[in-house]
Amino acid sequence: MREKERNLKELEVGEKAIVVRVEGEPSLKGRVLAMGLVPGTELRMERKAPLADPLTVHYRGIELSLRRDEAERVIVRRGCAGCARCGGC
Amino acid sequence: MAGKVIALAGNPNTGKTSLFNALTGSRQKVGNWPGVTVERKEGRLTLEGKDVAVVDLPGIYSLGAASADEQIASDYLLAERPDLVLVVVDASNLERSLYLVVQLREIGLPLVVALNMGDVAQARGLQIDQKALEDLLGVTVVPTLAASGKGVMALKGRLASLLDQDLSTEFLEVPYGPQLSPIVDGLADLVGDLARELSLPPRLAAIRLGEEDEAALAALERTQAPWLIRRELDEAAAEVEASLGYDLQTALIERRWAFVSSLAARVVSRDKTVREALTPSDRIDRVVTHRLLGLPLVLLAAWAVFKVTFFLGDPAADGLDGLLSGLGESLAFWLDGVGASPLLSSFLVDGVIGGVGSVVVFFPHIFFLFAFIAVLEDSGYMARGAFVMDRIMRLLGLHGKSFMPLLVGFGCNVPSIMATRILERRRDRMITLLVLPFISCSARLPVFLLFAGTFFGARAGTVIFSLYLLGIAVAVIAAKILGSTLFQGESSQFVMELPPYHLPRPKAVLRSAWERGSLFLRKAGTFIFLAVIVVWVLASLPLGVEYGSAESYIGRLGAMTAGFFAPAGFGFWQAAVALLFGFLAKEVVVGTLGTLLAVDGVNLVQVLPQYFSPLSAYAFMVMALLYVPCAAVVAAFREETKSWRWTAFMVLYTTAVAWGLSVAVYQVGRLLGLS
Repeated sequence: MREKERNLKELEVGEKAIVVRVEGEPSLKGRVLAMGLVPGTELRMERKAPLADPLTVHYRGIELSLRRDEAERVIVRRGCAGCARCGGC
Repeated sequence: MAGKVIALAGNPNTGKTSLFNALTGSRQKVGNWPGVTVERKEGRLTLEGKDVAVVDLPGIYSLGAASADEQIASDYLLAERPDLVLVVVDASNLERSLYLVVQLREIGLPLVVALNMGDVAQARGLQIDQKALEDLLGVTVVPTLAASGKGVMALKGRLASLLDQDLSTEFLEVPYGPQLSPIVDGLADLVGDLARELSLPPRLAAIRLGEEDEAALAALERTQAPWLIRRELDEAAAEVEASLGYDLQTALIERRWAFVSSLAARVVSRDKTVREALTPSDRIDRVVTHRLLGLPLVLLAAWAVFKVTFFLGDPAADGLDGLLSGLGESLAFWLDGVGASPLLSSFLVDGVIGGVGSVVVFFPHIFFLFAFIAVLEDSGYMARGAFVMDRIMRLLGLHGKSFMPLLVGFGCNVPSIMATRILERRRDRMITLLVLPFISCSARLPVFLLFAGTFFGARAGTVIFSLYLLGIAVAVIAAKILGSTLFQGESSQFVMELPPYHLPRPKAVLRSAWERGSLFLRKAGTFIFLAVIVVWVLASLPLGVEYGSAESYIGRLGAMTAGFFAPAGFGFWQAAVALLFGFLAKEVVVGTLGTLLAVDGVNLVQVLPQYFSPLSAYAFMVMALLYVPCAAVVAAFREETKSWRWTAFMVLYTTAVAWGLSVAVYQVGRLLGLS
């Protein structure tokens, strides 16, 4: 069964997820992808700014900040891709 | 080797600037990339007695068109084809850095990799197999510690020997996989024209198209049959979308990252005994981005920067000012003694020395502010401050990073205009630049103190406060309007890395502060100096008139423009002249009114009510607050935008807003029966 897709801004702090795809206008999408948030990337919601916007996610040793409406364009699903890299997410 | 060019590339926060400084020392030229406000630095490096140019590219994460910085770097590397590209990578986070390295090798550039920050990597238990990295990517790897200068000698040696060789390297082939490779190959057969246009091999031209690279798409329109290729692209995209669930652009970038990850996995080994539960960065971030503490901490940090900048800058500026006026007085005395004409004396004292004074007094504030900005940026706190402030600043139509320049604007608009360079995107930066002049700087305070004190007595404080609020309100409204009109199509973004914290290095901080200060003196100085001379000429001629009197050119100009101010309630020539002189520096308005109105030993405070009512005094203060900022701000604005058109627009629109609002205040006030 395919797991329910959500967007990045819906994650709670500390929650882990896997990128499914990135949507949105080309300049934003290109930037997000080039920063390494590509399909299959495992990430963790790191923190949210005092007004819950922007937020940061942690992946590949990078801490990236995005506004909520930018994070909304990053579609994720929960769970583990079964890779060997993480310590059992 | 002489005449050869090395381009320096790398991610932000990898020690690129330190390496550039270590390589080129003080032999640097600072300018701008053509047509944009991004700074371009070029240095010279002596290798085995021969001069080599080093071009510092903007710090980028990838080649492409996602930002102005990336566009500049891509264009430069493809069009200019430097002899060698030196790319700085962060050994403590190799995977992140390798994406750019792979892209550079993919377009066939000869690379030297400076493997920087190995000390940090070691502390985290990371080992990098340098030989494997060299073999897998076809590059030369030199370990460096740019911050302390270690490895720089060895790097120079390698650069020298490489530049002596023939460096035609082959293109690195990124494996795009069984799904995408046939699509790329199929497209490659069709894009011969485009490939020539882009000076890339057909396969790479096809990949660029698939990645929706703006430059490639634009070049496609210039070829014979773009529709044919677009149809092919659409078919390919549909095919990919159907099987993978995402588009071709995403698929290509995903494959490249997968390749980068596999490279990193092969060259980086991790010592499992070194375990970091929580890095120091994490611990600091828990506090500075805290839900409750975050905002007060940013405000505290910004307030401290503001306070200390002016605490250190004011006495230094006053000292310089005193020194120059002392010099002016001695010179005037001496000239008087040798019987020089009063006109010459006035030219040298008021014009030349006054002009130099108008420029150098800004140096201390710029120096100290940029020292603090360098500390905040180098340490990594600036990114956190922007992160915490972004939501609030966005309500005001601005960006999280606009906060610092705006706050500094309350002290002086000049360094704050220069501080807007921390904003990366054009839209965010231009809007901040355009609304900054409405922020009431300390030079406007003497004008408020004089008028509010004279006309509003006990309520003077409230009146002055209302003017500060008015300045902020106008700035916010202007930001909103500009954002939805002139900059409507451009997006603001907050996709940025929060780099790990590290201790700023004093040498780098002082260097940055000195660089900004001296650049201001050299670039903006000329304009300010000329403005002072022009005003002096207008005030002193025709021959024989008293300086700034009704008969002088500036007096006549005042008389001509007085009618323009009549609807605001101060349509007399002395007010117009005072505003004209205010272009030199806004506090000069007070001095000029003193000279023109308070004649025969009468106190200015006693004379003012003969000319102004409380209502027209308030309208005058609104005018002084909002109209064209002083010559130094205009000069700094022109320097930062590199555009006379935007500068002219700023001068005209601020003055129009000022006139409109002061007229509105006066007219509405009269309708309400105020006087």
